[in-house]
Amino acid sequence: MPQIHMPTDMSIAPPEGSPLVEIRGLKTHFFTDDGVVKAVEGVDLDIFANRTLCILGESGCGKSIMARSILRIIDAPGKITAGSITYHGREGGSVDLARARPGSKELRDIRGSDIAMIFQEPMSSLGPITKIGKQIVETLHLHRNLSKAEARELAIEMLAKVGIPKPAERFEAYPFELSGGMRQRAMIAMALSCQPRLLIADEPTTALDVTTQAQILDLIAELQDELKMGVMLITHDLGVVAEVAEDVAVMYMGQIVEKGDVYSIFENPQHPYTQALLASIPRMGMTRQRRLPAIQGMVPHPLARPSGCAFRTRCNHVIAGKCDAQTPPLVSRDGSEVACFLHDEGAKHV
Amino acid sequence: MSLADTQPEAAKQADVAVPELLGPWSLMWRKFRRHRVAYVSLWLVGFIYALALFGDFFAPERLDDTNRRGIFAPPQGIHFFVENEDGSSEFQLHAKARKVQVNQSTMRRSYVDVPGKIIPLGFFVEGYDYKLLWLIPSNTHFFGPKDPDDVVYFLGADRLGRDILSRIIIGTKISMSIGLVGVAISLVIGVSLGGLSGYYGGWVDNVIQRLIEFLRSIPTIPLWMGLAAAIPLGWPPLRTYFVVTIIVSMIGWTSLAREVRGKFLSLRSEDFIVAARLDGLSDWEVIRKHMIPSFSSHIIASLTLAVPMMILAETSLSFLGIGLQPPIVSWGTLLKEAQNIRTIIEAPWLLLAPGTMIVVAVLALNFLGDGLRDAADPHAH
Amino acid sequence: MLGFLYRRILYMIPTVFLVSVVTFLIIQLPPGDYLDTLAAELSDQGGLDEATAQALRDQYGLGKPFYVQYYKWITGIIFDWNFGISFEKNVPVNDLIWDRLGWTFGISVLTLLFIWIVALPIGIYSAVRKYSFGDYAATLFGFIGLAVPNFLLALVMMYVAFKYFGQSVGGLVSPQYIGEPWTWDKFVDLLKHIWMPIVVVGTSGAAALIRIMRANLLDELYRPYVVTARAKGMSEFQLLMRYPVRVALNPFVSTIGWILPTLVSGEIIVAVVMNLPTTGPLLLRALLVQDMYLAGSLILIVSLLTVLGTLISDLLLAWIDPRIRYQ
Repeated sequence: MPQIHMPTDMSIAPPEGSPLVEIRGLKTHFFTDDGVVKAVEGVDLDIFANRTLCILGESGCGKSIMARSILRIIDAPGKITAGSITYHGREGGSVDLARARPGSKELRDIRGSDIAMIFQEPMSSLGPITKIGKQIVETLHLHRNLSKAEARELAIEMLAKVGIPKPAERFEAYPFELSGGMRQRAMIAMALSCQPRLLIADEPTTALDVTTQAQILDLIAELQDELKMGVMLITHDLGVVAEVAEDVAVMYMGQIVEKGDVYSIFENPQHPYTQALLASIPRMGMTRQRRLPAIQGMVPHPLARPSGCAFRTRCNHVIAGKCDAQTPPLVSRDGSEVACFLHDEGAKHV
Repeated sequence: MSLADTQPEAAKQADVAVPELLGPWSLMWRKFRRHRVAYVSLWLVGFIYALALFGDFFAPERLDDTNRRGIFAPPQGIHFFVENEDGSSEFQLHAKARKVQVNQSTMRRSYVDVPGKIIPLGFFVEGYDYKLLWLIPSNTHFFGPKDPDDVVYFLGADRLGRDILSRIIIGTKISMSIGLVGVAISLVIGVSLGGLSGYYGGWVDNVIQRLIEFLRSIPTIPLWMGLAAAIPLGWPPLRTYFVVTIIVSMIGWTSLAREVRGKFLSLRSEDFIVAARLDGLSDWEVIRKHMIPSFSSHIIASLTLAVPMMILAETSLSFLGIGLQPPIVSWGTLLKEAQNIRTIIEAPWLLLAPGTMIVVAVLALNFLGDGLRDAADPHAH
Repeated sequence: MLGFLYRRILYMIPTVFLVSVVTFLIIQLPPGDYLDTLAAELSDQGGLDEATAQALRDQYGLGKPFYVQYYKWITGIIFDWNFGISFEKNVPVNDLIWDRLGWTFGISVLTLLFIWIVALPIGIYSAVRKYSFGDYAATLFGFIGLAVPNFLLALVMMYVAFKYFGQSVGGLVSPQYIGEPWTWDKFVDLLKHIWMPIVVVGTSGAAALIRIMRANLLDELYRPYVVTARAKGMSEFQLLMRYPVRVALNPFVSTIGWILPTLVSGEIIVAVVMNLPTTGPLLLRALLVQDMYLAGSLILIVSLLTVLGTLISDLLLAWIDPRIRYQ
């Protein structure tokens, strides 16, 4: 397992200006035959330009669904049932993405142009029998008024920018002719071709091998810096978070349990879940004999959501009569926000 | 450092519903039951095979009893109430008695009701003698006229005045069993060749695949016609029956073999098969104990879907007059009676009654097979 | 692509050889030969002239071992384009078959087009609007189309057309046009007749292809690349046509390979019922009277053309699917 190296520079400026996207009270539910799966259950989140926000959580915690809710690309039987996703556009106007009509021009103009997304599986996320170049050119034609030659030139330029060797040749290649890392680069080239203001990356490195992972993360960080865009990176990998994040939001069963800048989260985790996550990482100088602590229990079945705090079934600090009765709200404390009753004034001594 | 592999511990799992553990067959059955059309089809198929087994019990008339007063007689309806002389009505299943009138100028026959005369009908009535399941002598029939001397044509009669309903019921035996026997033959050929092909691979696979491709690339009907035309007319019916069955089973096995091969190929590299082989099991044991059980449900579904194909094949050949020959009664030979348009115009029931039976049987088998396939597929949504 | 083409054509040669052997075997299967049939038929009129019989025997090697007869037959076809004579009609097979084969294949190809035009949009609709009323209707049509044998459908349609629309049934043109030169009126008359065999032969194929297209497309509709395309900002219709339909089309194209043989089969059986001037009635008659060279030539050519059709469909598949082309 890779060790986590925190950068020594310990100062992260707080975000400036107003957020690009404001998510308030978002609920996305899946209406399956067996019952309602509450994949996202009340999320408040701000995403800023020129900053990298990492969404951290176990598989199935709703982080991908939350991200997909922003672009409204959730497959049936999923539905946004409450909340708003306000996007502040380039020209100053704002749109509530949660309420935009599905498939409307308004929504389609934002997708790919203002907010772009890359996915976990570079193998299957590109159209299998369409040339790479054509897929990029297609995106350009959707959002920019370009001639064929201009679009082609721009696409090749993008392929070069994401570090694909011989971009003019690769332009004519089919996805199955490229390696996984190259495909993810092509995906990034396609996503960034229209210079979006926000890039949502849904576990972009999970399917890649370790060396390629680092290259792709570096590439994203580089391009973020160059294009001054916001990046929302979804991951279950703490190493990735440590490497690229400025802000972190930790999710558990569809809710954000803790959010703050990366230093607060790593140095001073306040939610028992975050604490347990961090405790499960091997650290330099750790004695060999000690077993690595694991979080006890398993994530509850999505249809059997515990009452009150969703984490209480695995928590060491359960307050009987409180944690199972109420859902803890997200409150500010010591520079970050945390949703746990342990930090209520009255419960401090527990 | 993935978070996904946290240690499973039983502690504090009180809230979590543990799904019931069921064996693969009961899981399949449960899924199948949910497929309502398929479930109904299962009963329908069961009923049709019951017709095939107990044909004589269900048939009201003897198979080849001709009747000069029933030539091209149209179907007769069943009525429920009779009116007594005092005007009150009484429940009595019956059909109206009819007589033939021949128009002297056009020489056309027509059947008219005899006023006031009825033929009482009932269940479990006395009729012609037969042997139930080829063993037990009996003369009880499920439904028909109460007086064995009366004749009622529920689905009309053919050019010799034979009862179409009874002939369809008796024909069920041949038509449905051709499907079963044909499928049994395809099963043996398909599973063994497909298994060889998939398990050993290499040149064996290559040869068998080429053979299958070859058989699939030539149009079947002309070939069958050639083969079926080679059956001498003088052969005993039973021998003709088996040869026709073998001919129609030639279609079924290629797709089955392909399916089995695909399953073998994908299973061959599965960990549990590799593990079984490393445990020292012989090839045959691996196949029998591990591979066949894991795809037998698929095979059953494919077989069910192959039965209707064979029924259709038999029907087509017999209809052309090169499959089964009269006096063998099958749905195909019955349809042969309706070969020209003039007959159909005069007696459409000759076409519609056996035709409907074929369509119903084939539909039911298709629905059943589809339901089974869905139920057998663990990935179906 | 060229290498692929050569390889496919090379593969065809053993298939073609096998087809010819199997065909010849089949027409040889019945005990006796045509001369026996002829002798039996002519026995009332004083029997067969011995000299004529001997001449025929020598020419075709009748009574000789199988491989000798096969060799005479196949070399005659390859080198002299001589398919033998029709014993029954006593004219060269060549004079009898080509018109009819042309019609058989014309109808089969038209049927294929008909199937595509029907199955493609309905299949796509059915998959995209899964479990809608239209989907259920298409599914029902699919099941019924597969359950009704071709000849039964032909009979029912003829019955309906005759009884309710008073249309003359059977044949490809009305009786007054038979043997007439082609005119516009005759062509219009042909169109009035030809739709029925096309619909009859095509129904089961269309039913099968609707189900195949629906299943293929359902497999593709929820793939990640569709989400990618949606996230790019494409409209639903655009992305549907450019990605999942494009991908689902490939296995669909490969179905031509097996649908063509079934169409030809179906056409033959429907032709017998509808009395079309195509291969069907001629083949049936030839088989029944053991007119072996006529029957054999028909089976051989029909099979060969089908194999050729399959080859074309394979090439088409390679042309539209780069993954196959690059293998």
